[in-house]
Amino acid sequence: MAITGKPIDRVDGRLKVTGTATYAAEFNQPNMAYAVPVRSTIAKGTITTFDTVAAEKSAGVIAVLTHKNASRLKAINPEEQMKAGVIFIGEDLVPLQDNQVHYFGQFIALVVAETYEQARSAAALLEVTYNKEKHAIDLVSELPKGYKPKLLFGREAQLNTGKTADLIAASPHKIEQTYTTSTENHHPMEPHATVAVWEGADKLTLYDATQGVVITRAIAAYFLNLKPDNVRVISPFVGGGFGTKGTWLHIVLAAMAGQVTKRPVKLVISRQMMQTNVGRRSATIQKIALSSDPKGKLTAIRHNSETYTNLTQFFEPSGLATAVLYEAPLREITYQVAKLNVGAPTFMRAPGEAPGTFALESAMDEMAFEMKIDPLAFRVLNHAATDPETKHPFSANYLLECYRVGAEKFGWSARKMQPRQTRNGKYLIGYGMATATYPAGRSSASARVQMTIKGEIKVMTAASDIGTGTYTVLAQTAADALGVSVERITVEIGDTNLPPAPIAGGSQTTASVHPAVLAAVETLRKDLMLLAFSDTKSKLNGRKADEIDFAKGKFYLKGDASISDSYADIMSRNNKQIMEACATSMPASGSGLGAPVAPCMVVPLATEENSDAKKYSFHSFGAQFAEVWVDEDLGTIRVSRFTSVQDVGRIMNEKTARSQIIGGVIFGLGAALMEETQYDKHWGNPVTRSLADYHVPVNADVPQIDVHFIGKPDPHISSIGARGIGEIGITGVSAAIANAVFNATGKRIRSLPLTLDKLL
Amino acid sequence: MRPFKFSSTKDPNSAIKMLMDNTNAKFLAGGTNILDLMKEDVERPDELIDITSLHFTQIKTISEGTNKGGISIGGLSKNTDTANDPVIRRDFPLLTQAILAGASAQIRNMATNGGNLNQRTRCSYFYDTAMPCNKREPGTGCGAREGINRMHAIFGWTNNCVAVHPSDMCVALVALDAVVIVIGTDGKSRAIPFADYHRLPGDTPHKDNNLVPGELITSVEIPKNNFAGNSYYLKVRDRASYAFALVSVAAALEINGNQIKQVRIAMGGVAHKPWRAIEAEKFLLGKSASNENFKQAAEAEMQHAKPLEHNKFKVELGKRAIIRALTQAMNGGTNS
Repeated sequence: MAITGKPIDRVDGRLKVTGTATYAAEFNQPNMAYAVPVRSTIAKGTITTFDTVAAEKSAGVIAVLTHKNASRLKAINPEEQMKAGVIFIGEDLVPLQDNQVHYFGQFIALVVAETYEQARSAAALLEVTYNKEKHAIDLVSELPKGYKPKLLFGREAQLNTGKTADLIAASPHKIEQTYTTSTENHHPMEPHATVAVWEGADKLTLYDATQGVVITRAIAAYFLNLKPDNVRVISPFVGGGFGTKGTWLHIVLAAMAGQVTKRPVKLVISRQMMQTNVGRRSATIQKIALSSDPKGKLTAIRHNSETYTNLTQFFEPSGLATAVLYEAPLREITYQVAKLNVGAPTFMRAPGEAPGTFALESAMDEMAFEMKIDPLAFRVLNHAATDPETKHPFSANYLLECYRVGAEKFGWSARKMQPRQTRNGKYLIGYGMATATYPAGRSSASARVQMTIKGEIKVMTAASDIGTGTYTVLAQTAADALGVSVERITVEIGDTNLPPAPIAGGSQTTASVHPAVLAAVETLRKDLMLLAFSDTKSKLNGRKADEIDFAKGKFYLKGDASISDSYADIMSRNNKQIMEACATSMPASGSGLGAPVAPCMVVPLATEENSDAKKYSFHSFGAQFAEVWVDEDLGTIRVSRFTSVQDVGRIMNEKTARSQIIGGVIFGLGAALMEETQYDKHWGNPVTRSLADYHVPVNADVPQIDVHFIGKPDPHISSIGARGIGEIGITGVSAAIANAVFNATGKRIRSLPLTLDKLL
Repeated sequence: MRPFKFSSTKDPNSAIKMLMDNTNAKFLAGGTNILDLMKEDVERPDELIDITSLHFTQIKTISEGTNKGGISIGGLSKNTDTANDPVIRRDFPLLTQAILAGASAQIRNMATNGGNLNQRTRCSYFYDTAMPCNKREPGTGCGAREGINRMHAIFGWTNNCVAVHPSDMCVALVALDAVVIVIGTDGKSRAIPFADYHRLPGDTPHKDNNLVPGELITSVEIPKNNFAGNSYYLKVRDRASYAFALVSVAAALEINGNQIKQVRIAMGGVAHKPWRAIEAEKFLLGKSASNENFKQAAEAEMQHAKPLEHNKFKVELGKRAIIRALTQAMNGGTNS
């Protein structure tokens, strides 16, 4: 019986609930010192003086680093970095190299002491004076001075600029609206943390909370001028990523502190620093225009997206989903980006699609209402059967089935077209829905598999489990490919000493790493089988592969299971204590987020004929349905139930997959109802400094979330047939909720979050 | 957090003496606020005097004096124990509701009643030492006055401070005419009417309350009342739980036939102190309990509101919250 797909418990669940899974900050070292960064209290300007005397004299202080005494690191150089594999650096700003301040909260000094409390207490004693300059903090007023980016993830950023204007203006059926979303912060439960351990002057080990050990190694090696082989990054457990645990350069601060003190150094990012130093999703202003023919077929879609950035090429790509959803003869997608004195924006769960689907899917709801068509029927009517931009067929697309299943499970037919029709006591009740979508990426990945004579199997790859279930699903894949139970499998991940795997970003781990693990296990199995065939003492001696099946740790003859040979017996007779195989899966489209050079035998990700990214468009789809209860007197919105139906290819573990979608929906619910990082215009600081001010949903905000999977394997993405699942869950959620609020109250709120003041 | 000395005592008078001997010392009870403030470098005591071993932990019916028949809750009783006390649940359900609307179960398990009174504002300019704040550092200005002030005051503020008192419990206590009992350096008790305990900011926003140095809360007394059947605490916030109030209303009615014999209304999230809605009370006293009268009462109170740039919505929300809380109270005080 195959275990893959089964909703088994996490293999690391017991470690986590008993507190024995070791996270980065828990790798305490003998003689360890503690580093606490000091942050700027202006948003733009130069540091004129540092008075470090009081801090240096403070109890337990070992060193105070500023730009005046910190060692010089390699400077930002995008071309050279690209060559060295230094991608996903959070911010183009190497700390403590000069006196320039680019945003409020920037790291400007580092205090290292015997204890954390001593370091933090001394950090408060540092006196800094600045030459303050006028900062840019207001998006609306800075946008005209901004720029139009040319490239977005290597593709043309601006699509058909200006070309929809005449058509939409002349159309009798159209809507044009502006939607806004707020700056958000990731706030995974575990803050970023690094323990830096030097061995001599040129060998470094980092225990780091990272979504990708390989990339963290490349970044550390690059800026510290070390050979990548001399840097080891270890990250077995990560307490949530959501895009913020790419690599931020506090890791080099920890390493610098280690160089100066000649001791292992721990640096943990505080919750307040998570608002300023490790990225954010920047606010957006999105203008959407739709026009349709009298029957409700879209004739044009325009999506102008405005946002801000700083210290990175990245900007929130809100038009991504608009390029994939709905058929329309003409489509215009443009970007305008301002530069603000705020820390760098970065990838945050479904970057682009999350805020983008709020705008597009709200606009679709408005247009449907305008056309007096049910919003779900309106989407079906405008469904894009092939990729509307590239014109390629989708590798697989069951969006229409998602709509159908969702409508049925949710009870969509009970929805009234006119708002304000359903009441219960003081509550107005409304239904809303939206489409979900996220691209299905895959990258190169490598894996090694070992089996001992005792039947203990180890799967090794430098992938990450950021709470998603990677340990568990890899064990399931390996167990099935060997015909053994999951308990036999040990998965080792999160260590650069293991074969390279891509960063856990872009929902790619499952699609990328499983084909490599599967190929490695299949190679091992084949080697073992050939050993049996050539072994005169084996009952399977002289047989051929197509005559053989395997189960319960043995090979047997198809049709007669009594003619068999166990893995252990084969190994024992042939004096093999251990057998090993390694494989790299490499998509035809290139290494993507993975390593460009393969350490093991390369296997294609899928068969040649269907693995061509130029032939197919790879995307996942889904449908989100929300019911809300609105207390109209007080403006409070309660999401009372939610149905999410997802077409994400094959499901590797129904339980961990469901958890991913539930987590995504909750993430979307937070963005819809409460998450907002607010900046003070005078100071440029985020005033939502902690989780008391920056609200994320609590249990009482979260309803029962009903998740369904279409579950049909994608025949083209890989030998596994699974697409990524980490991000799609959030997409469409805020629009579904806002659309439900309209259905309940007749009020269209076009600005997130939907706080109660907007409904009064 | 800066280094500090940890002291402890079982005797109230020696606790007070220890406090008076060191001007940089502070009392430590549940620690749910002071420790956060120390970690943020807002409070910088060099000594914490642990008073959790003092015996002010009783919850009991008052057997003599002006508040006879009322209830006395210990200054060091836990919020959880207070909220769940059977007599309080039966006779003072407004207090139970208000306490349970605040913080989280874990925090209420640690937090004491005296500490609840003395907790400090959650204004983020107060918490951020990089920002100006007259409450934290007199004379530096008020960052929130021209900054982000969505959570801030609409009553009683001055240009020196627009912060609000964060407590839910205190809103119920001011509505119920509670009295704060303290002992001072002379070892004698003093009774402070709850409405006079906390202060408006004026030009001394660094002073949250009218305690004189060395005073220690021993208990809070709530006089007997006839509100148990018709009281309600409404808290309106940005999420369903574990958030400070945008506006909260404690409403208590004593109704005879349909006539309002007694009425108490107080608001949270609107001022530097728990705000007793005197104007609304005056309007309602002796009138019939009706939606129209509730509406006019709410108008009477809220016409004096002076909102800031980002909290204009609190005026309309305040009105609606008063009406809702009074309606719920009239209907028996249960959540429907």
